[in-house]
Amino acid sequence: MGRAVSLARSLLPFLVALPFLWALQRWSPPYPTLVLRYVGINIVLAVSLNVVNGFTGQFSLGHAGFMSVGAYATAKTMLALADVQLAFLPEPASDAVLFGFALLVGMAAASVAGLLVGLPSLRLRGDYLAIVTLGFGEIIRSVIQATPPAFLGASLGLSGLPLRTTLIWVGLGAVAVVVMARRLALSTQGRALFAIREDEVAAEAMGVDTTGYKVRAFVISAAFAGLAGGLIAHSVGAIEPTSFDFKRSMEAVVMVVLGGLGSITGSVVAATVLTVGLELLREFQDYRMVAYALMLVVLMLARPQGLFGTAELWDLWRRKRPAASAASAGPPGGAA
Amino acid sequence: MTAPALEVRRVSMRFGGLKALSEFELTLRPGELVGLIGPNGAGKTTAFNALTGVYAPTEGEVLVAGARVDGLKPHQICARGVARTFQNIRLFRELTALDNVRVACHAGAASGFFGAWFQTAHHQGEEARILARAEAYLAVMGLSHRRDEVSRSLPYGEQRRLEIARALATGPKVLCLDEPAAGMNASEKLELMQLIRTIRDRFGLAILVIEHDMRLVMGVSERLLVLDHGVTIAAGTPAEVRADPRVIEAYLGDAYLEERHLPAPASPPEGGGPAAGAGAP
Amino acid sequence: MSDALVELLQHLVNGLSVGTIYALIALGYTMVYGVLKLINFAHGDVYMVGAYAGFYLADLLTPGGRAAGDGAAGAMLRALVVTAGAMAICGLLGYLIERLAYRPLRGQARITSLITAIGVSFLLEYGFQLQPWGFMPIPFPPGPSPRFFPELVRRADWSLGGVSISNYDVIGLAVALALMLGLQFVVFRTRFGTAMRAVSFDPQVAGLMGIPVNRIISWTFVLGSALAAAAAILNAVPRPQINPLFGLMPGLKAFVAAVLGGIGSVPGAMVGGLVLGLAEEFVAAYTLSSLKDAIAFTVLILVLLFRPEGLFGRVTVEKV
Repeated sequence: MGRAVSLARSLLPFLVALPFLWALQRWSPPYPTLVLRYVGINIVLAVSLNVVNGFTGQFSLGHAGFMSVGAYATAKTMLALADVQLAFLPEPASDAVLFGFALLVGMAAASVAGLLVGLPSLRLRGDYLAIVTLGFGEIIRSVIQATPPAFLGASLGLSGLPLRTTLIWVGLGAVAVVVMARRLALSTQGRALFAIREDEVAAEAMGVDTTGYKVRAFVISAAFAGLAGGLIAHSVGAIEPTSFDFKRSMEAVVMVVLGGLGSITGSVVAATVLTVGLELLREFQDYRMVAYALMLVVLMLARPQGLFGTAELWDLWRRKRPAASAASAGPPGGAA
Repeated sequence: MTAPALEVRRVSMRFGGLKALSEFELTLRPGELVGLIGPNGAGKTTAFNALTGVYAPTEGEVLVAGARVDGLKPHQICARGVARTFQNIRLFRELTALDNVRVACHAGAASGFFGAWFQTAHHQGEEARILARAEAYLAVMGLSHRRDEVSRSLPYGEQRRLEIARALATGPKVLCLDEPAAGMNASEKLELMQLIRTIRDRFGLAILVIEHDMRLVMGVSERLLVLDHGVTIAAGTPAEVRADPRVIEAYLGDAYLEERHLPAPASPPEGGGPAAGAGAP
Repeated sequence: MSDALVELLQHLVNGLSVGTIYALIALGYTMVYGVLKLINFAHGDVYMVGAYAGFYLADLLTPGGRAAGDGAAGAMLRALVVTAGAMAICGLLGYLIERLAYRPLRGQARITSLITAIGVSFLLEYGFQLQPWGFMPIPFPPGPSPRFFPELVRRADWSLGGVSISNYDVIGLAVALALMLGLQFVVFRTRFGTAMRAVSFDPQVAGLMGIPVNRIISWTFVLGSALAAAAAILNAVPRPQINPLFGLMPGLKAFVAAVLGGIGSVPGAMVGGLVLGLAEEFVAAYTLSSLKDAIAFTVLILVLLFRPEGLFGRVTVEKV
């Protein structure tokens, strides 16, 4: 009984989202669909990075590396399964199952990469962790470039990938990442991550296995970055090592910081605004990127905690909290 | 009787050439309240750090309920029953009072990330248990009315109490309090010490307290340990310690002598400890 | 000499030549990190700006390339003027970046400064990729396509037992060494250097002791950025292709060099740069050249894991 209820609770968000996504996919014109796909992929990327950077307070700059692992693993799986059709299913259903499977392979591969990066890196803190994760991202890129062309296409990458990434897939991915992050944030496991962010020494002293939790945060985050990578690969139809460079990691970081570190809704909104905004400004060509950089600096100067801080949209109606008393409790009494 | 709650055998801590703690020894039985005193820089906090795994002791053994814990990580030592507070309050500043305590209740949680994602019955039961426990500890420390406030916005004294609530929530056998009354006025201090005794009696804990205020710590502890330059220079009942000439020289020093209108000793110990230590109004 | 040995020595020369560039850029990282504990992500882009500043200056001094019949002394003088000018421009740029983007954020969370640094880096990169503005007397911004740095000094190659060495390698090494010795002198023998070390140790206490912390930090940025400009010119003469993104990789690698040497240490940055230059050259020569970029970061990770204080750094312990 309990099992059935929890299964229902887990499936509910997806079942609610599905008709909307289907309708959008069915009736939306091609260009908005394309933009929406990128919005969704960026939501997956930003929210997953928020688990590491926002929840856990570890600063990772290597998200693109995990994306590329996911993208390549998904793409290779799809290429290997190109001629396969599940006999007991009609063709569209079979394609969908195979693509879902390939995305899972990509997530698994990326999470292994997350584990490999996370284990050694997490002895480091702050800036050093940032630069090491950046380094890992670059190593992953160079290693892909150094592989035999027949395997991962070296510098040219892989092309001719089937275009399976529909709005439905992207939407389900975005729902999955948001549900994952939200349930985590409201659980004891999530609170352990927050404790690490607030004070690692105290968290460890209170019985939180900080290393273990940091690695887990990394692995979860990497898995969803891998999903974003897989979705991009089969949205564009081709991938190359430079699609997932340092710039891409930075973009993800910018979305997270812009929305507010630790705020899931902040990441979602920032991913949406930035993606759509850059798309609308496309005609201004190079100036949009200059404006983007300027906005980043100005925003940090004016509102360093990001648009949402650590607040969430759903807090507005969910919590019947004594907000007034909390806000007016006065300055911290001389705490160091 | 069973094994002592905490047994420290000849623990030394060395940092490079500096011996911050040498051959520290201590046995704490359940229900005992022991004070650890000494001038600034005497090695009290170092002793705490060695006990709780922040540093691995250079030499010696630490046993909790008869089992070795030295060399383990802090979270493992915590799980075996040693909890602590910090001299310079280290709350999870942006989390609510409730969440601060809930983090500490986390140690026993076994449902894991997948439990959280799929909202399993097991996970939900665990969350409910954690919530109930955390609320109970907040109530014990008189903080129920602050439940949903962000911890950094609490008044100073309540922050100290919240740290104790958080430490209690880990379910310790031994509670180490690092200057729990620092920065409080005399009546607040007294109140806190009463509270600490109550906790001890209610949970049957062994408690080790670092405290600078001599009068206070002597009034509340059954036994005292005096450190100076990392060396245990005296141990015993408050009366014995008070009478020990080495303690008078090393710790009470100037303040004690001034109080009695006696001339200062020829070579006072280094560091500004004594004045600060006895400086409560 | 055997061919293998000649080849080995040749790689040694090439590695040192690149290594000096890394070393010079690393000095800027090390100094800024020393005083602010900030990874100045824009430093690699300041290096890029240095190359363009030199490019425009050289163009202004001798429109249309090298003047005919120009003597060696004249060429040297011009090279000096170009280098000094580029260093001055980058010094000013460094000052502005610190003043406008970093100083207002002092005291905020470190991540905020890091993001701002990334923003400044993007701003320079994308700004320089814009098409030239009509109202500028020079074709600025330069736009995305690569430019070719003029040959400030005529190249001369010598062969020592089969190993070819150019005057560029010699000049590069000499200038880099001179700048590093100068910097070492400034840091350890002058009042400014003493103040800088005090700020690095504890800015708050340094301020209480009457040290003008803000001014020291500004000058640190000026100095570090000027060194980056010198590195850019030394690099652009032998490897003339420059573009708005070409500072990114050397910037990151120089940071690795700084960490390798022990961040905050002047000789450390120098040794770190040289070691990294050599390591890259040898890996590219004897294994796969596409692994060249990976080597720097592998070195970084190994250093941080096994000797996080670097070769010349000091261990720091967090106080509980």
